Amino acid sequence: MYKHDVLIIGAGLAGLRAAVEATRLGLDVAVISKVHPVRSHSNAAQGGINAPLTDRGDDWEGHALDTIKGSDYLADQDAVEIMSSEAGDAVIELERMGVIFSRGEDGRLGTRRFGGQLVARTFFVGAITGSAILHVLYEQALKHGLNVYEEWFVTDLIIEDGRCVGVVALDIKTGTLHSIWAKTVIMAAGGAGRVFEPSTNAIICTGDGLALAWRAGVPMMDMEMVQYHPTTLARTGILLSEAARGEGAYLLNSEGDRFMLKYAPQYEELASRDVVSRSEQTEINEGRGIDGNVLLDLRHLGREFIEDRLGYLQEVAVEFLGIDLAEQPVPVRPGVHYIMGGIKTDVDGATVVPGLYAAGECANVSVHGANRLGANSLLDTVVFGRRSAVHAAEYIKSVDAGSGSDEHLNATKARIQSLMDREPNENWAAVRNYMANEMTKGIGVFRDQASMEGAKEAIRNVNERMPKIAIQNKGKVFNTDLIFTLEMEFMADVGNAIVHSALTRKESRGAHFRTDITERDDENWLKHTLAYHDPDNEDGVRVETSPVTITKWEPVKRVY
Amino acid sequence: MNSKLKVSRFDPETMGSGQRRWDEFEMDLHPSATVLDALIQIREEVDGTLALRCACRASICGSCGMRVNGEAKLVCKTRIADVAEEGATIVIEPMGNHGIIKDLVVSLDPFFDKVRQVDPYLQPDAEPEQGEFVVNNDSMENLLTAMNCIMCGACVSDCTVLEVDEAFIGPAALAKAWRFVEDPRDDQRDERLKELNEVEGGIWDCTRCFKCVEVCPKDVAPMDRIMEMRDMAIEAGNRNTSGYRHTESFSKSVKKHGRLDEARLAVESAGYTNIPRLIDLAEIGVKSVLKGKMPPIVPHKADENEKITRIFERVESERNT
Ligand SMILES: Cc1cc2nc3c(=O)[nH]c(=O)nc-3n(C[C@H](O)[C@H](O)[C@H](O)COP(=O)(O)OP(=O)(O)OC[C@H]3O[C@@H](n4cnc5c(N)ncnc54)[C@H](O)[C@@H]3O)c2cc1C
Ligand code: SF4
Ligand code: SF4
Ligand code: FES
Repeated sequence: MYKHDVLIIGAGLAGLRAAVEATRLGLDVAVISKVHPVRSHSNAAQGGINAPLTDRGDDWEGHALDTIKGSDYLADQDAVEIMSSEAGDAVIELERMGVIFSRGEDGRLGTRRFGGQLVARTFFVGAITGSAILHVLYEQALKHGLNVYEEWFVTDLIIEDGRCVGVVALDIKTGTLHSIWAKTVIMAAGGAGRVFEPSTNAIICTGDGLALAWRAGVPMMDMEMVQYHPTTLARTGILLSEAARGEGAYLLNSEGDRFMLKYAPQYEELASRDVVSRSEQTEINEGRGIDGNVLLDLRHLGREFIEDRLGYLQEVAVEFLGIDLAEQPVPVRPGVHYIMGGIKTDVDGATVVPGLYAAGECANVSVHGANRLGANSLLDTVVFGRRSAVHAAEYIKSVDAGSGSDEHLNATKARIQSLMDREPNENWAAVRNYMANEMTKGIGVFRDQASMEGAKEAIRNVNERMPKIAIQNKGKVFNTDLIFTLEMEFMADVGNAIVHSALTRKESRGAHFRTDITERDDENWLKHTLAYHDPDNEDGVRVETSPVTITKWEPVKRVY
Repeated sequence: MNSKLKVSRFDPETMGSGQRRWDEFEMDLHPSATVLDALIQIREEVDGTLALRCACRASICGSCGMRVNGEAKLVCKTRIADVAEEGATIVIEPMGNHGIIKDLVVSLDPFFDKVRQVDPYLQPDAEPEQGEFVVNNDSMENLLTAMNCIMCGACVSDCTVLEVDEAFIGPAALAKAWRFVEDPRDDQRDERLKELNEVEGGIWDCTRCFKCVEVCPKDVAPMDRIMEMRDMAIEAGNRNTSGYRHTESFSKSVKKHGRLDEARLAVESAGYTNIPRLIDLAEIGVKSVLKGKMPPIVPHKADENEKITRIFERVESERNT
């Protein structure tokens, strides 16, 4: 029987950072991941990681305020204070583990500027920051001899007497189901970009962690807050990092104007993402776009600079579009990128279900509120990944392991068998593509009652079709047909929570911009939305609200 | 755009190891579609049993290494139009030198075992009392070459030595080793070099065939990294080893025969008294013969052999004066 002190679901930055910490604390730790750890989506992060380094004159409260303003005052300020004040140590620690951060002349860490901030405090490795950090955390995992269930897919959480005590998981390479018992489980299963189409996210970002925790009774908080990144490629959704603008690139409309000067005179191209995406979409809607795009122009930066500091961006532009950034501007448009919403946790990563923690993109602490600043997500993963491990280590001192019974395993076996036995009918891909396109239409950069109702109807349609999805592949080994069908079920839950949360919020704030109610309404809506799984309610969802924690920064109008 | 794909299929549940089946698919694709787009379309619309790995679609996660028309590539950054004329058939197979799990999915366990073998983590003697390690930015940019490696396995797939010698640590893991040897923050440089110099399958087993440089999608150029480590190992005083003997034997052979005597080179490099290694070599020899790659036992002399000998003598006498 598989049994550990701490079981971490996910081997991205949040999961591996938690794992390294728990291992250092001397615990029996295992990580489970549906892909090899270095394939986790954290590797796609390009631009960098924010940290106010106080030993060289930056001030963490400045970073906290930028983050809170960026969040349109929806972030919980106690959580932001923790993230900003622990950021310096977190980044220095990554450097000491071996990350090859770019340096200044003096040999100390160097920075670039990122959106929503006037101070340059983003630390980076070329345009491969996420990959460079993920590989180093994986090195640390190897050093500590971490147990990894690699290419194992979690299908269910095991809940006994209200406590989370393990998981049921499918070993993808053999097709066998197992239960893994643990005194505590840390959910670090990443984002859910695939609920939309197109998206910058990898094919594996299907919101599994969000749905698993939700089904176990944890609310998903602020799910209407879906980030559209201003610079993505049209057909594929592939990202060109904000680092381009951080290093000085311009955004141009069809008339060759730097339109951001009009929308954000002080921050220009580096206003926060919701603002830039809306500005682009406005230009496009008003006829100043080019085939639904605007242009990102790096030419004035020069070839050498582009290749040195933004090499991976050049690779993407050349390989995927045949465009040389030093010669030609590239067409970009807003695309789904990040989900600010997530599993509600406290500042130690704890959820309302004892024994279940969450960290990283699947969690909502909440430090990003209604709009995340670029380069704050990697920071979130390492700060709260570490904190959840520390807290989980305390928690396990007072609990014992679960029963070890086969009951949960058998229930999952039966469920999967019935899936496999279905008569040929719907295909998961058709259902997923339909849902994802409808979600992008309904929950867009701009949205209104009608568009959101449309998305709600689409999710209902999906939920009706889902029981008819049949699995063509009857084999056991590497049956991705089965995996994708299970992921489809997770995505439908996430989509459901998103549309109901969005319909609940009757104001515009951050990424949730309604053309039918265009103002922020602090009096009534300085609140989080909490979507609960509730089979007795219509569509199986119940949305509640809870207050936002304000420590010292009173909400004011947001101007960039 | 009309495209034809011929895809190698293997199902361990119904086929014996070593068997395969070819499936052909014809489809209409976007003009800038990649090979991965095509495979995903097959999986979603035609044949849900097709197994392959992919995640990021943006050449950064390292999942999608496969052989396209015989050469290892990341299929997400390989555009159909770049590998085949309109209507020509594209052949897709799993990577080489890796065991096949199903269809296009290979086992990377040996790959990561090799990575583990080079102690792939920073080993400083002490950490700075405060803040980060202070080091020159150029030294960090230098490391970017190898840090760009995404562990896709393409180099290993097409490495000609790994094809005959499983013990070779291989291009990717050696590039990873280089990353630590070159890191000014690491204090195990000499120990690492000594180990890589002496260990079976270490830096001296590469035949400089260039394949890894050619196929690496991230310009890691593993072979160059290996050559740099050879120089560094010799500079660090590692003389009495297969590597150094190899260099010696190499020049002796060229001097005498005007060309390389590969069979003698291998034996001399191992050392005439290193029995276990000689037995290994015999095995490689047999495999090479089977693959038609065994060098002749008695070396042919290069036509202008005497001239080469004279060049050697001149260089040597110049060096001695
Ligand atoms: C293209 C791109 C660029 C970005 N650039 C930046 C940037 O420059 N700076 C920044 O701060 N942020 C950036 N972000 C955001 C940031 O990269 C992510 O939010 C962050 O890396 C998420 O890390 P994570 O550890 O939470 O999840 P991930 O890295 O996504 O890891 C999730 C893990 O969970 C596992 N998992 C999921 N479901 C299951 C299951 N059912 N069973 C088993 N395992 C499972 C996966 O295998 C994986 O290991 C970027 C995002 C994208 C898409
Ligand atoms: S150059 Fe060396 S490491 Fe690279 S493929 Fe050839 S033999 Fe292998
Ligand atoms: S060196 Fe290149 S080919 Fe080899 S694993 Fe790394 S990225 Fe892939
Ligand atoms: S899918 Fe990630 S490298 Fe190709």
